[in-house]
Amino acid sequence: MSGGADSAVRQTVLLRTEALCAGYAQPVFGPLSLTLARGEIVGLAGPNGAGKSTLLAALCGGARVFSGRIVRAPGLRLSLQQQQLPAGEGIPLSGRELLALTGAGADGLPEWLRPCLAERLDRLSGGQAQFLALWACLQAPADAVLLDEPTNNLDPAGIAFLAGALRRRAQSGAGLLVVSHDERFMASVCDRQVAL
Amino acid sequence: MNGALLFDPLFAGPFFTGLVYAVLLPLLGTWLRLRDEWLAALAFAQTAAAGSLLALSAGWPLAVGGLAAAALAALLKHLFEGAARGAQGAAYAMLLLLGWGLSVLLVANQPLAERMGQALFDGQLYFTDRSHLLSALVFAAALLPLLRVLSPRLLQAHFFPDFLRARGRSGARIHLVFDLAVAVALALATMSLGVMGAFALVFVPPLAAFGWAGSWRQGLLLSVAHGVGAYLAAFALALLFDQPFAPLLALLLVASGAASVVARRILRSDGGRKSR
Repeated sequence: MSGGADSAVRQTVLLRTEALCAGYAQPVFGPLSLTLARGEIVGLAGPNGAGKSTLLAALCGGARVFSGRIVRAPGLRLSLQQQQLPAGEGIPLSGRELLALTGAGADGLPEWLRPCLAERLDRLSGGQAQFLALWACLQAPADAVLLDEPTNNLDPAGIAFLAGALRRRAQSGAGLLVVSHDERFMASVCDRQVAL
Repeated sequence: MNGALLFDPLFAGPFFTGLVYAVLLPLLGTWLRLRDEWLAALAFAQTAAAGSLLALSAGWPLAVGGLAAAALAALLKHLFEGAARGAQGAAYAMLLLLGWGLSVLLVANQPLAERMGQALFDGQLYFTDRSHLLSALVFAAALLPLLRVLSPRLLQAHFFPDFLRARGRSGARIHLVFDLAVAVALALATMSLGVMGAFALVFVPPLAAFGWAGSWRQGLLLSVAHGVGAYLAAFALALLFDQPFAPLLALLLVASGAASVVARRILRSDGGRKSR
């Protein structure tokens, strides 16, 4: 993508929060104002309990907004990767079927993960299952992708591959909001970081 | 033993009625097992039986009472949708006890209900008529396309609940539609196969199939194959040896299901030893 096209893509704001305070029974964070534009990767940093996962939930309608507001681009398609692995013990769902649930394709999947497509999810290692679930959300047809601790259970090779995959996803025009405690990963992959 | 009975046109209607449920119930059971809600199926079947007996006492058609009671049970279950797993299990057990208590009281106090109660609990497949077959076929025609739509959503709601919410879809609404479909299926099936016969077809085939299947699709196929296989064997054995159908079906399902689980364990431990 050329520099001009790149800046035009980035001008499209997908998500915006304005002095947002959100939580469940009571506010967990806020007020917070941030924007997520097409083609950028924004990191969300902060200590445990700061409300990072709650912010992602609020952006998807899964947490209560106490004050402020969330503005979404018209027709915005969101994809959210949850921190916990899908509960698949004893369920015969193959890796390929898992990807199909979000409409994600297998193109670009690392070679070491390809054999897992034909395997049942509950017969994979934690890292393999984590990466497949992550891939399902990352490659789902979506304008904005929200990732919660995507490096959990991944080895260094998996983290390096993930960093490349996030950049390619952003270059394709998606906006990415990433929550992670892995400072090196965040510094290497994010265009900017917001502290909570 | 009279082998000619197997081909007696008198039993063709009951055979096809049961066959429809032998396909539908194991299919529904796979999603119930996915959600670990198989106890709800027994609660629906028992509540439907109680509803049918209530309708009989009031002079209404049995099917109306069974369907209404099962649908009411599904709505009550929906109230516990967001509750903890333990609270959900408790709700299903309460529904089950409610259905059983009502049924036994009605059977004890209504002369008409006594015979019907026996038929509902034990199954009365050989006494079903054309209306049972017709309702089974109409229901199957409605359920199969519905399941095609519901299946990916039920799987999404299980594996990617946050993704589903991010797409603006309600998991609770999807579950309500599914629960109503299960309630109607069990209400109709209970009138032919009996409470435990219907429950056995929902519970056992997916339990055995999930151990062998390599994918969800295979799980569906194996589950239906197990249900239909056990049904055919039970139907033939019950006719040949003049035995009640539903208990034979339940026993065959349990025997084949247990054999399947044991065989799977032996093969897995053998495989594990070889790989060491």
